[in-house]
Amino acid sequence: MSMNAPLTLFDKLWAAHEIVRREDGEALLWVDRHFVHEGSFNAFSQLKARGARVAERGLTFAVADHYVPTRSPRRVIDNPEIARMVRTLEDNTAEHGITLFGIGDPRQGIVHVVGPEQGLTLPGLLIVCGDSHTSTHGALGTYSFGIGASEVAHVLMTQTLWQRKPKRMRISLDGRLAPGITAKDIVLAIIARIGADGASGHAVEFAGSTIRALSMEGRLTLCNMSIEAGARSGMIAPDETTFGYIRGRPYSPQGSAFERAVEAWTALATDADAQFDREIELDAADIAPIVTWGTSPQDALPIDASLPDPAREPDAARAKYLREALDYMAVKPGTKLTDIGIDRIFIGSCTNARIEDLRAAAAVLSGRKSKVPGLVSPGSSAVKRQAEEEGLDRIFRDAGLEWGESGCSMCVGINGDVVAPGERCASTTNRNFRGRQGPGARTHLMSPAMVAAAAVMGRLADVRPLIAGRKL
Amino acid sequence: MNKFTRLTATACPLDVANLNTDQLLPARFLKLPRSAGLGAVLFHDLRFDADARERPDFPLNQPAWREAKIIVGARNFGCGSSREAAVYALLDYGIQCVIAPSFGDIFAGNAVENGLLPAAVSDAEATALMSLLGEEPRLPVTVDLEQQTITCSDKAFSFVVDPVRRTRLLNGWDSIALTASYMDEIAAFKAADRTRRPWACHRPAQCATDQVTNRNNAG
Repeated sequence: MSMNAPLTLFDKLWAAHEIVRREDGEALLWVDRHFVHEGSFNAFSQLKARGARVAERGLTFAVADHYVPTRSPRRVIDNPEIARMVRTLEDNTAEHGITLFGIGDPRQGIVHVVGPEQGLTLPGLLIVCGDSHTSTHGALGTYSFGIGASEVAHVLMTQTLWQRKPKRMRISLDGRLAPGITAKDIVLAIIARIGADGASGHAVEFAGSTIRALSMEGRLTLCNMSIEAGARSGMIAPDETTFGYIRGRPYSPQGSAFERAVEAWTALATDADAQFDREIELDAADIAPIVTWGTSPQDALPIDASLPDPAREPDAARAKYLREALDYMAVKPGTKLTDIGIDRIFIGSCTNARIEDLRAAAAVLSGRKSKVPGLVSPGSSAVKRQAEEEGLDRIFRDAGLEWGESGCSMCVGINGDVVAPGERCASTTNRNFRGRQGPGARTHLMSPAMVAAAAVMGRLADVRPLIAGRKL
Repeated sequence: MNKFTRLTATACPLDVANLNTDQLLPARFLKLPRSAGLGAVLFHDLRFDADARERPDFPLNQPAWREAKIIVGARNFGCGSSREAAVYALLDYGIQCVIAPSFGDIFAGNAVENGLLPAAVSDAEATALMSLLGEEPRLPVTVDLEQQTITCSDKAFSFVVDPVRRTRLLNGWDSIALTASYMDEIAAFKAADRTRRPWACHRPAQCATDQVTNRNNAG
């Protein structure tokens, strides 16, 4: 690495993985970890069609998450098509000798929770998976991004990927977050500001004192939703928080190897004076609890706001956009967000189902009842065990909520756990797209604490009065 | 991979910003194998109501655009989920090109992998093209990848596509075949990388085994 040109974290990660760069700018990159799941079946079909084998099965890990049941009993899958999806992953991984964290394995969970949890996600690695929320792993200082089935097949066959280097963007946050404000509020505030395509074509680094102060769980939430701002990858330079999180994880280096690794990982920081193609700065003190009101994560507002009015929107295209979103969500212009009643809640997903997320929701729900039904699906089987050790499951159950199993569950609804047509769900997930949680479902995205507040109030609600004086 | 050189066809306007891949192919259809043909479920919940009846106001259901091979979309077309089956659904329906001001990064890559051209134009050009088609729905649109031009009636403008992707589409190149010519470079990188980045755990299972051994010894 040149001593004179200051480099960004992303430049360093990219350079370390470049095998060749063609004259046209396309580079062949080495992939350190490849995660596959039930949805990767199209890629395995491509391998079969070519009679190809997996190049590096030791660097490939499979997790059953997208289609697995998240309600008990778990081992019985009534729907034969869903059962076939789970079985196909078992067959494909067995055929190719790939380690599978399947149903019943204590390491099973959502792939983007499991990778960091098992120590498979380490700073400096390039990680890909056929899932757009692979950006999550960047929280540990990796270059991670979601890929399509053809790219999955390419990685399976070669452990490499052709890419053109994206532009570099830094989003800096400084200052202290107010009580009750979380990484989810930060990322929704960012997306509301720059738009659902605001970071398209860029690799985003999150930096600043607010980011440094975030826990690993918070950082994972933040990087997870980079894709909702259009960025295929988000990343945070590794630091003591990162090293502390990794130490002692099953697949992480141990003993003296770990100490040597930390030395190398410490160099993975953006140099002073390194250049970004774009810079955004936010003040943490300005961020309030945020909820989405429309059909894109960019349709996000502070909880004390009211819905936009298309009639007051001078831009015709914007007015049309607002009208369609309000219409789908069945809400009237000008309505206060806190006047919007909900039918159900969901706490789960790769965005917000880690132990800290469950603790935050439980802190609000403790000793209270939910006015609506809801499902709590822990991010991994390990998170589930830990939550039960801490008695969080009891708090959720006592509040009237269902304590489920780990998987993608109601975030994407393909395991059969869906929000009914027309129902409105307060959800800790990442996408409020039309029909995302089921055909005709209406989704409001927010933090786990805010979902818990919505459950207690039966409507969208500000969590802050509910946590005043509570131990968090 | 299919080649893309030049296409003249009817084009269907879809003036919806951030039209995500969940709309192109709702998640419940992801179980379907490619061989089933996904054209029938393209834009399923926008094309059909809850009783599986066509929504007559959805552009692709209108007589002039049912046979469209081109879609003219709005900003951030194909954002969201990485599902490549969204591209399969477009192709299986007969769509070979999407013209829009911008695309989801993963979608655009998936499109090129399958021979579907994502042609980027300005917001103003997309709007102009949509209004032209609104007035005269059956106007043929010609997309020429060699010239990088779109022509419709008396209007002509250029579009942007990554030059590498353009070359791949024009030649129908398969990236796996291309990578096969770099196997020596890959092997050399891998060997050097083990020394350069020992901490990258090139054998994660070994790391896990060491860990267990270490614990047992410590215990």
